[in-house]
Amino acid sequence: MRLHGRASIQHKSIKMADLSTTIHKLELKNPVLTASGTFGYGLEYDDFLDVSLLGGIVVKGTTIHPRQGNAYPRMAETASGMLNSVGLQNRGARYFATDIYPKLTKYNTNVLVNVSGSTIEEYIACAEIINELDHIGGIELNISCPNVKEGGMSFGTSCVSVENVVSAVRKVYHKTMIVKLTPNVTDIGELARAAEYSGANSLSLINTLLGMAINAQTRKPVLATITGGLSGPAIKPIALRMVWEVSKAVKVPLVGMGGIMNATDAIEFFLAGASAIQVGTANYIDPTITLKIIDGIDSYLNYHKFNKLSDIIGCLQL
Amino acid sequence: MSAKRVERTALNGHQKMFKFHAVRKTVQNLKVIENRQLNDDHHLLQLEVPDPLETINPGQFANLLVDHSPGVFLRRPFSICSVDYSKNTISVLIKKIGEGTRALAQTPVNSYINGMFPLGNSFTIPSEPEKILLVGGGSGVASLMNLAQELGRNLNDVSILTGARSSADLVELEHFSQYGTVYTTTEDGTQGKKGYVTDHPILRDQLSQFKRIYSCGPEPMMRAVSAKAKSQSVFCEVSLENTMACGFGVCLCCVTETIEGHKCVCTDGPVFNINQLKWQI
Repeated sequence: MRLHGRASIQHKSIKMADLSTTIHKLELKNPVLTASGTFGYGLEYDDFLDVSLLGGIVVKGTTIHPRQGNAYPRMAETASGMLNSVGLQNRGARYFATDIYPKLTKYNTNVLVNVSGSTIEEYIACAEIINELDHIGGIELNISCPNVKEGGMSFGTSCVSVENVVSAVRKVYHKTMIVKLTPNVTDIGELARAAEYSGANSLSLINTLLGMAINAQTRKPVLATITGGLSGPAIKPIALRMVWEVSKAVKVPLVGMGGIMNATDAIEFFLAGASAIQVGTANYIDPTITLKIIDGIDSYLNYHKFNKLSDIIGCLQL
Repeated sequence: MSAKRVERTALNGHQKMFKFHAVRKTVQNLKVIENRQLNDDHHLLQLEVPDPLETINPGQFANLLVDHSPGVFLRRPFSICSVDYSKNTISVLIKKIGEGTRALAQTPVNSYINGMFPLGNSFTIPSEPEKILLVGGGSGVASLMNLAQELGRNLNDVSILTGARSSADLVELEHFSQYGTVYTTTEDGTQGKKGYVTDHPILRDQLSQFKRIYSCGPEPMMRAVSAKAKSQSVFCEVSLENTMACGFGVCLCCVTETIEGHKCVCTDGPVFNINQLKWQI
């Protein structure tokens, strides 16, 4: 990997392909979003890149009440990936609305908030606050966090609880609602259908896979919480398979993610059926990777003589 | 910070207002111009920075990318142990611990390492010269090297106490001796006083003569130093270490417990006043 300075998108002599894509009411100038929890509030990246060049950002998981998150150690590097057990550390939806949101209105791109909770009432209360923020075009409903004791992923693993939480938030949230699915289930297709049926405008997948790391020398788990969420290129084949399965199960547009490190990875998700993608863990290693991915998607479309991104979405050749 | 450097910071900066700490973070390919092996475990790498260096404050770190090492996924953080503004270089002290640090330590001269820097906060520098003690253990001396230089340049009366397992593990003593009086301890007694740094008379009996203590090293050592500082009501800052995924405050993996809740070692630290930490000392 070779990178230098504050990045911008390369200007080419060839006309850029049409990279725009649509997620319900959200018009994205390009299909590259950032995954919640890996991009802070965008502000942390201002030194490295012009955030407005992205298709959008999904800011850190937000809950109605402030959360201290889990005990530490919270991170373990693994083969081609990492485990984390942050546990939705954040200062709460009201703090977000009053102290952080005003700083985000400078971005000329879609800003989405990842909304989480321990109870349905907490999801509702948080979504109601975010609903009032004009510049936030949508929410990503997080029913898939593996690192919280109550709520989080437990909402995302049965059809009944998916229907309960998604339909409850749907009643109070009137803009684009993306529901983020967990891969820690047997049949992701049926949960995707449950979310769609309950009012999701789009589905994003996958959240992290539940995993574990052990230190053989100390004979102890590496993470304070024993288990954590696995991300990085190690999970990409699973993510692709699940995007493919869900694309056959629902009609709403999909946002694919899981181990995307470069433009080729992103293209694979479009072929599997994603209308947009999110870049997560790769941002830690190269904070400008999202712009390189946008550039690479354009190069791919030009090379293969496609005029627009939509020409390849779901176009896996079987 | 010299007036010249302040001016350069302002000129190089983007539209933002800079505070002392808030120099723009960059990602650059750094050329290895020297790779000096200090002992079996430690290498000192001098890295040439392509863009003109902005001010790097003592205690800040760089997050280095490990290329060509398939088992390593994330960057590795290292204290910036010295800065040469005339040569436009920074130096890092690398202790070989695992695959990533071994690969970095063996980087040949004239090849490149991708570095993200400057990251983190920095030690609080007194506005007037004071009597100051630095306490470093093992490779923890790295974050004190730039500090000693800065304090020495500002005419502080600096004493440096460093400890290690054995004399071969004591590194960069000549560097420190340029800026103050150096005291050493070794666990096996091969150099300086035998035992831990906390057994040294300067920490044990003469602590009250110092206005400030800065420390970096293994956490048990820093806790012991902090306990002594607290008992004598001496100002004390420590530089913490933690495993990090990002290094710039987004992953929230490297937190430590403070009186204000979990704080990131990478952005709220690595330097903390001991009164901020929830150490039972």
